[in-house]
Amino acid sequence: MPKDHGIGAAPKRREDVRFLTGAGNYTDDINVRGQAYVYFLRSDVAHGRINGIDTGAAAAMPGVVRIFTGADFEGVGGMPCGWQVTDRHGEVMQEPAHPILAQGKVRHVGDPIAAIVADTLEQARDAAEAIEVDMEELPAVIDMKAALADGSTKVHDDLTSNLCYDWGFVEENRDAVDQAIKDAAHVTTLELVNNRLVANPMEPRVAVGDYNRGTDDSTLYTTSQNPHVIRLLMGAFVLGIPEHKLRVVAPDVGGGFGTKIFHYAEEAFCTFAAKACNRPVKWTASRTEAFMSDAHGRDHVTKIELALDADNNFTAVRTETHANMGAYLSTFAPSVPTWLHGTLMAGNYRTPLIYVNVKAVFTNTVPVDAYRGAGRPEATFQLERVIDKAARELGVDPIALRRQNFIQPDQFPYATPVAVEYDTGDYDATMNKLEEIADLSGFAARRAASEAKGKWRGLGVNCYIEACGIAPSNLVGQLGARAGLYESATVRVNATGGLVVMTGSHSHGQGHETTFPQVIAEMIGIDESMVEIVHGDTANTPMGMGTYGSRSIAVGGSAMVRAAEKIINKTKKIAAHLLEASEADIELKDGNFTVAGTDKSVDWGSVCLAAYVPHNYPLEDIEPGLEETAFYDPANFTYPAGAYSCEVEVDPETGKVTIERFAAADDFGNVINPMIVEGQVHGGLAQGIGQALLENCAYDETGQLLSASYMDYAMPRADDLPFYSVDHSCQTPCTHNPLGVKGCGEAGAIGSPPAVVNAVIDALHSGGKTGVLHIDMPLSPDRVWAAMQ
Amino acid sequence: MPNVSMTVNGKAASGEVEGRTLLVGFLRDQLGLTGTHVGCDTSQCGACVVHVDGKAVKACTMLAAEADGADVKTIEGMAAPDGTLSTIQQAFQDHHGLQCGFCTPGMVMSAAALLAENASPSEQEIREYLEGNICRCTGYHNIVKAIMAAAGHDVSAIAAE
Ligand code: FES
Ligand code: FES
Repeated sequence: MPKDHGIGAAPKRREDVRFLTGAGNYTDDINVRGQAYVYFLRSDVAHGRINGIDTGAAAAMPGVVRIFTGADFEGVGGMPCGWQVTDRHGEVMQEPAHPILAQGKVRHVGDPIAAIVADTLEQARDAAEAIEVDMEELPAVIDMKAALADGSTKVHDDLTSNLCYDWGFVEENRDAVDQAIKDAAHVTTLELVNNRLVANPMEPRVAVGDYNRGTDDSTLYTTSQNPHVIRLLMGAFVLGIPEHKLRVVAPDVGGGFGTKIFHYAEEAFCTFAAKACNRPVKWTASRTEAFMSDAHGRDHVTKIELALDADNNFTAVRTETHANMGAYLSTFAPSVPTWLHGTLMAGNYRTPLIYVNVKAVFTNTVPVDAYRGAGRPEATFQLERVIDKAARELGVDPIALRRQNFIQPDQFPYATPVAVEYDTGDYDATMNKLEEIADLSGFAARRAASEAKGKWRGLGVNCYIEACGIAPSNLVGQLGARAGLYESATVRVNATGGLVVMTGSHSHGQGHETTFPQVIAEMIGIDESMVEIVHGDTANTPMGMGTYGSRSIAVGGSAMVRAAEKIINKTKKIAAHLLEASEADIELKDGNFTVAGTDKSVDWGSVCLAAYVPHNYPLEDIEPGLEETAFYDPANFTYPAGAYSCEVEVDPETGKVTIERFAAADDFGNVINPMIVEGQVHGGLAQGIGQALLENCAYDETGQLLSASYMDYAMPRADDLPFYSVDHSCQTPCTHNPLGVKGCGEAGAIGSPPAVVNAVIDALHSGGKTGVLHIDMPLSPDRVWAAMQ
Repeated sequence: MPNVSMTVNGKAASGEVEGRTLLVGFLRDQLGLTGTHVGCDTSQCGACVVHVDGKAVKACTMLAAEADGADVKTIEGMAAPDGTLSTIQQAFQDHHGLQCGFCTPGMVMSAAALLAENASPSEQEIREYLEGNICRCTGYHNIVKAIMAAAGHDVSAIAAE
């Protein structure tokens, strides 16, 4: 019987009613009395020197409040980077300045040059057209390898080159890996591109700055996954506003996928301008603006080599990656190709020797940072593609080759050669489950049926592992993080027994308002309706790091459990007093405290009331009231893993690929709400399939962004996708957090691209039709058709 | 500035608009009906879909002045006055057809228009009809399932919960 309550149940989402009736409160729905609007004049060239800006005519136009340029921000900090990578020679990365508005130069299409604040948006936009910018266009640096060539134009004149860092991991293994590759019985090599993507949450970014002259307080309403992080970065590093004078509110947020983690110039601008103009200032991105100002994702070019011995055991992996940083370092950009990517190159396998080299490169493009999966999709894609290619070269079954090299269940905890320790897993179990739910034994018949229709059918299978539940603070500190990565929760019990959980996690589609109460309900034995979740406002939540890296339940949920445990301990003391029993004998079950072995009991509500009306209360031992806070810093990452399969049909006439079946068998450890977990996987799969088949953020050689709207950037639509078959019944609980959970938000996007590409390659090989070994994503009809010729 | 008047969710509504004011701007900024969303600037995403005289319309492609005299229905007008969700809204909740909720008003309005035209659409017809509605969160699985359920199809055999 499925549970109807608590952990493992699937109650309907309580946030849905407001979203389904138009009663959500997204940032653009917020209007502050007297607000002005800002329009950003953005660069239409990729690289240029600003020799002058004449705002005179524009400033005199109707409704204009004030026009800002880079000169207005000379005394203000630039946009900070939250992660400092140390390269293979022990040098720290090159870190360029990133001004709020361009100072002297523009470095990508969309770089803001001036900001016009006016009574209406239309007036601001009209005035922008009257600004004269004397721009000297410079050669643009777009291709990463060209950017590293001697004599290349530099994106930043004050840096020594366009190389941000040259990272080696694990540097001490480098020679041993080289030797193992020389000694191998077989080496499979693959060069591939992990295409640049745009996260595209459906809600564009919005910022509303407000300033209270009476109290000298600033408030920013913003579309963020982590309002406390924005408050800290913007307050301490950019604008110099102490945290107690700055409130950041991220209300209902319409999707994030990583791109709403980062601190953006528009947020700092609106906060600054509200004070400077003594008027609230609102900015709402158009979609076109989002394409040229939201941090992009992926954009790696990689060469990977897999060495095998004569028995097909993996003996070494060596990779060389160029990772595009864009024109500036976005908040967490340096960590993505390094610590979120290199550490995953063992995958699900026992490969003993691994060396990863990453060259991070500045180009005249929009900054690149974390997008759903962040580094782990790039690791998974190259590893699972090269294994597939090796199986093909060796003439062995790709599933058998994987199984032969799996880390075995009795090897956990398993220390990889790339610095992480997997706590639990059972990779044969998820592969077995995949074979069942995907009906892999029926593939031959389905292929024959496709052939009969003149279509080529292919099957692609792959595994993935990821590291999430981000992250142990002391470890990430050693790796270059300039932040801690704990999470926080305050549990406040009201006098009549209802609870409010104030969490540093942030929900922008994940359903925390539903799942977090399930955990509390389970712990206390009360109904979920007695628990309210508060998030998204620095004024009423403890300092927390927010939601990304599939960390909410694993880290934020753990903080909530720890705070609730403190509450339960205190209520047991109160109950012991009320029942005149020893605290050790008190049991809490179904919302009742009982004295073990007796029929004496007192209910939850009476104990809570006693805490706030302490007439009969052990005041000499404990304080009145019931409110506890916990900060939880994880001991390790968590390691969700699984096996995915995709079946495609390729139309040999056109090269068009259709997804016929997709199956995902995941191990997320324990699951709080299976309905929500499955929804998270579905969404991740659509984004991964989108990357593999449709999506591509493209620049031409002059740095013009070719895909700046939904006319040119192909978002997956309902008709591009099938029903998915997903399963999470293989569960090896995490051993180091109190809920045994691993996190599920990114898995689908991490695991799905190689399944799609492996399937298309399989289709092209079926019956010896072609010898195509690789096609770069997205596998659009023209690319597939060209490869077939 | 011209004055427009229309019926919105059964009530008379009017206001002065500039010639270039879009229907979505009139609904959101002048009437405070912020359930209708704006997700793009190229008429591609469908976050802004409302019903105008019973037909699904992208409110970002229509001028407010063009809706003068029309009968407009937005997401705020879909539930019964006592708050009871309509069949399609309830199906979205029952089948987890929404995550962040940003595309949801447009999806619900499109789905309602589809079911008004075709009471029992197939999976393929639903997917094709949603061509103009983008959702980045759900991968569409549970949206299609919810619409099928609202149309009375048995969805218990569709993979997952
Ligand atoms: S806002 Fe109307 S279609 Fe996107
Ligand atoms: S639910 Fe977020 S875009 Fe559809």
